[in-house]
Order: sequence, then structure tokens, then C-alpha cells
Amino acid sequence: MTTVAATTIKARQRPGDRIFSSATVIAGSLILAVLAAVAIFLLVESLPAFVADPSAFDGDITNFWSYVGPLVFGTVYSAILALIMAVPVAIGIALFISHFAPRKLAQGLGYLIDLLAAVPSVVFGLWGITVLAPLLQPFYTTLVDWFGWFLPFAGPVSGTGRTILTVSVVLAVMILPIITAICREIFLQTPLLHEEAALALGATRWEMIRMAVLPFGLPGIISASMLGLGRALGETMAVAMVLSPSPNVFFQLLTSQNSNTIAANIALNFPEAHGVGVNILLATGLMLFVVTLLVNMLARIVINSRKAFSGAN
Amino acid sequence: MSKRIEVNDLNVYYTNFLAVEGVSIVIEPRTVTAFIGPSGCGKSTFIRTLNRMHEVIPGARVEGEVLIDGNNLYGPGVDPVLVRRQVGMVFQRPNPFPTMSIQDNVLAGVKLNNRRMSKTDADDLTEKALRGANLWNEVKDRLARPGSGLSGGQQQRLCIARAIAVEPDVILMDEPCSALDPISTLAIEDLIEEMKSEYTIVIVTHNMQQASRVSDRTAFFNIAGTGKPGKLIEYDDTTTIFSNPSVQATEDYVSGRFG
Repeated sequence: MTTVAATTIKARQRPGDRIFSSATVIAGSLILAVLAAVAIFLLVESLPAFVADPSAFDGDITNFWSYVGPLVFGTVYSAILALIMAVPVAIGIALFISHFAPRKLAQGLGYLIDLLAAVPSVVFGLWGITVLAPLLQPFYTTLVDWFGWFLPFAGPVSGTGRTILTVSVVLAVMILPIITAICREIFLQTPLLHEEAALALGATRWEMIRMAVLPFGLPGIISASMLGLGRALGETMAVAMVLSPSPNVFFQLLTSQNSNTIAANIALNFPEAHGVGVNILLATGLMLFVVTLLVNMLARIVINSRKAFSGAN
Repeated sequence: MSKRIEVNDLNVYYTNFLAVEGVSIVIEPRTVTAFIGPSGCGKSTFIRTLNRMHEVIPGARVEGEVLIDGNNLYGPGVDPVLVRRQVGMVFQRPNPFPTMSIQDNVLAGVKLNNRRMSKTDADDLTEKALRGANLWNEVKDRLARPGSGLSGGQQQRLCIARAIAVEPDVILMDEPCSALDPISTLAIEDLIEEMKSEYTIVIVTHNMQQASRVSDRTAFFNIAGTGKPGKLIEYDDTTTIFSNPSVQATEDYVSGRFG
């Protein structure tokens, strides 16, 4: 190599570019700063809870972990049940709107779904108490009578219907719109080329959807589900209103004893909390933060593991 | 395996717009037939009626009949799904399923008919179809890799392998080389020449050299003007079309005077 001085070529800086790029950098750092601020606040405020005196907890609970354990369980249990109920329905609705319904009906249905997303959660809570719980109660009785040998359906059945399964149904209805809306957008973006490829091979409409639409949309379905799960994990009002909680782990779905969720527990207890009690509630909030983070990381790993087949290349 | 196509007085519509009018044509088995003509003259629209892919577009319909070995594709009670399993199609742009491996792409159509296939049968069929598409040597070591990782020409041959894996009677190709480089185009043209011994092949092309290289018979389509329906102007042996056509418009087109 000869010693040619390396002259760096500089692109001309235009003011518009500079303003725009600074704006994006600011926006990007802002979200990081907010996230860091929340995380640090939670961490610092939680510290006293981890070393709290056993007398700070109610009943026979002696440390933070046995306090938060049932809450984490209740949160994840109800959210996953909601997801199990909501995702298949959402995919069904999204497929109907994107591939089966006549165009006019599809549009109307789309608006209706978006409208459902605008209903405040407190309204869902009221609906859960006054309509859904009494409606489901007889059905729960039958379920316990017939399938009581299966642990989740074991008795004794709740007389009010205000159980964790009712909560899950309410949560499922609440997260349905967001999952449906995202799935619909993803399904509509399936390349026509791939749909025609499947049809030209002699696929029926359903086979075409299985060969082209669903595999193409899978990462989107997972992302949509994670958004829905995030909302279900953090939902406060609807759960706090519907559920009658007990401080233990219960796998039974239909009894009057149900594990509470973290968010609902904070909402219920915060008004009366004082001293280290506040720290304990904030620490449970930190746990919710951690759970949500783990769930999202898991989803990211799942999506990335199939990256080569995603169709993005 | 190879079958005769007979089209009688076919009109093709998009909702109320008549796109192609009054086409009658006979395509003999084990031949390559090229459709040429200027853009918008209805070649692609017409070829898609031969496997009932036309009606996939909302509002699209046809009048007339298409007989494959005497059976009308548009007869009452004919299932378009079954028609498409007999008449394979290769599209303008290579479209392997991005979410499937190379092997799964080849077997995609076969698995629709025959869910349970032993591993050895599946492997044999994959090899046969890929050899048939002149792709085996290039991909045999990476059958489990995604099909979207191949080059454009390889992807198009993968699509041909996918089409011939279901053992159709007829293969339709809608400008199969228009998105490919000259070397890949040559590979596909050689392949068409080989496949002729087993299949009836219909190919739409904008490239007149390609039509004269690969086809036995050539059909020239034209339109009188925008908004007018496309029509079959002349259909004859390829050598005749390119050397001594009987219609002036054909001669103008093949000699490059318009289009």
C-alpha cells in the first residue's frame, strides 16, 4: 500500500436533514429515558419490600415472595386463559374480514371491531359483574358437575359466577379488538403472488390460507398476541371489579376462591396502604414489569428463530 | 399425461368489461405454444382462463368453452380446484412460498392431494421434480433451507419443479422469464424444450426471439385500441408466423414495426 492520505468524503449537510434526524434521535432517547425512569423508580421504591418485617404482611404470610407469588400466578393464569380464548377468535374474525367477507360487510365489521377497542375497561368491568357473571354461573355449575374430576373445573362452584374464568372472558373480549385489528392488517398484506401460487397448485380457499396467508402472518400473529397479552397482564379495573380475591394459588377456575392479579391487587390496596405497605405494592408492580418483559423477550426469540423463513428476505 | 386443449369462442370479462373476445384455438399435446402480442392485448388474461385462475379476481367471468381432452373446464359441476391440479401454472415473478423450505415448496402441491407420504417417497419425488426442473444439482445439499434464499432464476425453476411435482397434463407459463437475466432465461428455455416431450406447454412471452426459439406454434393477439377487447389475430406454426404471416398486423408486430 502506498501512503495515500485517507481523505474522508463528507456529505453535504442540509438543514432539513439535520432537524429531522435530531428530532428522531430525541424521540428515540425520550422513550428510553422514560422507561429507565420508571424502572429505576420501581427498583428503588421496591427495595424496602424485599427486606420487610413479617408483620408488614397480612395473615400468615411472612415474606415478600410468598406474598407476590400467588399474585404473579393469578396475573399470568388469567392473562394466558384470556389469550387462549381470544387468539383463535381474533384470527377467525381477521380471516373473515380479509379473505371471506364481501367488501362492504368487511369494512363495517372492521369499524365495529375498532369501536370495541374504544370501550373503557371500567365498562367491561360493570358488564362482567352485572351481565357476564350471572349469565355464566349456571354453565359453571354444569361444568363442575360433569368435569369436576379435572382440577381446573373442580368444585365447589361459585354462587356468584365472579371467578377467574369470568375475568378471563372479560379480558379476552377486551384484547380481542387489538389482536383482530393487527391480524387483519397482516393478512391483507399477504402477497397476491403467494396466494395465487397456492391456488394454481389446486389449493382450496382454506388450503390457500394455510399455505400462504397464515405462515406469512405468523410473526404478526405472535406480535399481536403479545400486545394483547400485555394488555391482559396489566388490566386493572375490570379484574378488580369482577374478582373476589384470596391470597393463595388456586388452579380451580370456578370456585369463589381466586388468586388476584398484580394490577388489581395494587388498585384494591393502594388507597389504604401506608409505610412499607406502599413499598410492597410497588414491588409487586416491579414483578409485573419483569413478567411482561420476559414474555416479550420470549416472543422475540420465537419470531427470530424462524427469521430465515419469514419471507422478509 | 399430455392433453389436447380446444377453446371454442371464448369471451373473457372483468365484471362488465369484455377483455378478450371470441378466441377459438386448438393446442395439440406435446407441443409448445407461444402467445405473443402487445401489452394489454389479453394474453395473460386468456392464459389464466385455461386453468380457471381468471375467476380468482372478483367479478371476473367467462363465456364459451375450454375443452381439455373433450372435457369442458367450464361445464356445470366442474371444480376449479381439480382443474388447477391438472393444469399447472408458472407466474411472471418467481413465487416460492417464503415460509417453506425448498423441499416443502416442491411438495406443496402434492401434499394437498396426498397428506401421508412416506419419507422415501417424498424424497424421491422431490429429487425427480427438481431434476425435471434442472435444479437438483444446485440445491441437493440445501433442501431444508428456505426457497427464498435462491437466486431469481433458481426460484423460477423451483416454481416449475413445484408445478411438475403434481404431474399436471398441461403447464401454463405467464412470461416466466420476464424477471430473469439472460443466463437464467436460457436455462428455463432449455428446460421448456426438455419438458415438451411430456407436457402440453403454453407460454406467454413479450420476447419474440424467445417465442421463435422455444415454440412450435405461435398465436398473435392484438387490440384495436384501449378499451377494446383483445382478439386472436393469427395462429399458425411458429416458422410461418415469423417468416410469412398471412395478416399484415402480425407481420408488423413480429418485424418490430409496432408493439
